[in-house]
Amino acid sequence: MSNWTEAFITLRGVSREYPGGVVALNGVDLNINRGELVAIVGPSGSGKTTMLNVMGTLDRPSAGQVVIDGFDIADLADRELSALRAFRIGFVFQHFHLAPGVSALDNVADGLLYTGAGLRERRERAEVALRRVGLGHRLTHQPHELSGGEKQRTAIARAVVREPALLLADEPTGALDSHSGEDVMRVLLDLHKTGTTIIVITHEGVVAARLPRQVSMLDGRVVDDRMGVMA
Amino acid sequence: MTRSLHPGRLKSLDVVRLAGYGLRARPLRMVLSALGIAIGIAAMVAVVGISSSSRAELDRLLDLLGTNLLTAGPGNTLFGEQSTLPDESVAMVGRIGLVETVTAIGQLPGAKVYRTDRIPAPQSGGIGVYAVRTDLLDTVGATVASGTWLNDATAQYPAVVLGSKTAERLGIGTVSEDVQIWLGGQWFTVIGILDPVPLVPRLDLGALIGWKAGQRYLDFDGDITTLYIRTDPDAVEAVRGVLARTVNPARPNEVDVSRPSDALAAQAAAETTFTGLLLGLGAVALLVGGIGVANTMVISILERRAEIGLRRSLGATRGHIRIQFLTEALLLSILGGGAGILLGSGVTAVYATLQGWPTVVPAWIMAGGITATLIIGGVAGLYPAIRAARVAPAEALAEI
Repeated sequence: MSNWTEAFITLRGVSREYPGGVVALNGVDLNINRGELVAIVGPSGSGKTTMLNVMGTLDRPSAGQVVIDGFDIADLADRELSALRAFRIGFVFQHFHLAPGVSALDNVADGLLYTGAGLRERRERAEVALRRVGLGHRLTHQPHELSGGEKQRTAIARAVVREPALLLADEPTGALDSHSGEDVMRVLLDLHKTGTTIIVITHEGVVAARLPRQVSMLDGRVVDDRMGVMA
Repeated sequence: MTRSLHPGRLKSLDVVRLAGYGLRARPLRMVLSALGIAIGIAAMVAVVGISSSSRAELDRLLDLLGTNLLTAGPGNTLFGEQSTLPDESVAMVGRIGLVETVTAIGQLPGAKVYRTDRIPAPQSGGIGVYAVRTDLLDTVGATVASGTWLNDATAQYPAVVLGSKTAERLGIGTVSEDVQIWLGGQWFTVIGILDPVPLVPRLDLGALIGWKAGQRYLDFDGDITTLYIRTDPDAVEAVRGVLARTVNPARPNEVDVSRPSDALAAQAAAETTFTGLLLGLGAVALLVGGIGVANTMVISILERRAEIGLRRSLGATRGHIRIQFLTEALLLSILGGGAGILLGSGVTAVYATLQGWPTVVPAWIMAGGITATLIIGGVAGLYPAIRAARVAPAEALAEI
């Protein structure tokens, strides 16, 4: 089946149980193809952040199989997962996680720190990434001099400066006003057009409705998958 | 699929930059915890520096004074009584081949010294009166601070040269024609004041009169208290070996022979013991400083879990996180250690300058300070760094 070869992320019967008996994911099956733009929607506590952590290799499932870009993560050691993230996966967080007192350029350049690139190359590529998200005029500004939307776009630049095949965004517009949120969404849509696989986690139906595919979650299960291309 | 995954290598320059960022984020905390290390290192550097400077001063002094001065004095007889030296001993010692000069002094135990004849008798100030030969000055390496030394003429008259402490106690600063003191019931004119005599400290608290003046005015019996002998510098031990038998051939066991420079060196050795104690205290301070660094790092890691999570999401391995925090601890203690070496050297320089010593901070204590700092920083940083590397990235990122 051609769909199988195109799958970029495959989850088979994935569960994640935390000590104390909390079940965050409960037997999730999901396929996401290369180049897709997917929203994962659900109320808080539905397990969507855990899903993102598992798909981003920041967390390992308690049961089930996770295959990312052809790698079964159960077969990979911790440092191999780090390498997978360093070269193939970018993250965007609700609260940006920018380093205070460090310029936007160097914050973005830090996205390449663990790829082995030299400082000059990191800065050159960081400048390109910042221009790509429309922040060419904010290179030397520190985070406290940027608006919320600009901070999030800086964080996106940091995530994409490595040109990852997969971008995972956890409530990227959650801490922003609607205008700034719109800027951020536009940047994500532009990135999608260049072929990046993007997964956006959100609890806002409005945000999800703009994306080509919506996966709905409740209590650790996938309850709906619209416009789905499930294998 | 046989593709393999290799994490990127973090360049060492980047590791140092990361550590610098970490420290700069909390400058006050960095300064305070570096201060703990700085004080420990400064204490050790200063202790070693000051004792080395003191040692250097001693070496300089011994070089200046010479280590070739010997003294011979009467010891005790077999029956425990104070013996005396034969009158002809000066001449006999002078005939030993490698002796350069020899001189004698005789104490006048009955003579007391007062500023005037109105001072009550008990207030003698502990000043000793010595009849001396005119060649004493050159033999013991003394110098005149003010006035003149005794010559063949003044040695026969009631003239006195004061030791440095004697002059101080009597309140005589400089010498002028009409300064007289009440010495053994006679007026003596002060003709000179000596500089301190490091090799023969008893002269500092002495009043020195001519041999003949002593006999003429104060009933001095001519008994020799001590002989001072300057030898060829290479023959000190040889002369020392034959000295007792030469001074008193009949009873060599009743002669005490010593070398004053040995006493100075022994004093320095006694100070070394004290230095060891202070060095130990410095080491304790350093240990406490190290605990401070460990504490700072543990707190820092608790606060920076989100940063650790972010770095893991950017592809940092556990090793990258570990080396970042270990380097941060090392950098922190190196900053402290460097400041401590500067501080300790500064304290040494100030103290030595105030004492008029040469300033000596040995290279080994600086190297040792840096080494100790690296070890302390490494040990203090290791556990926090290991903890930082164990932080689960998903959990750390959730804590906002």
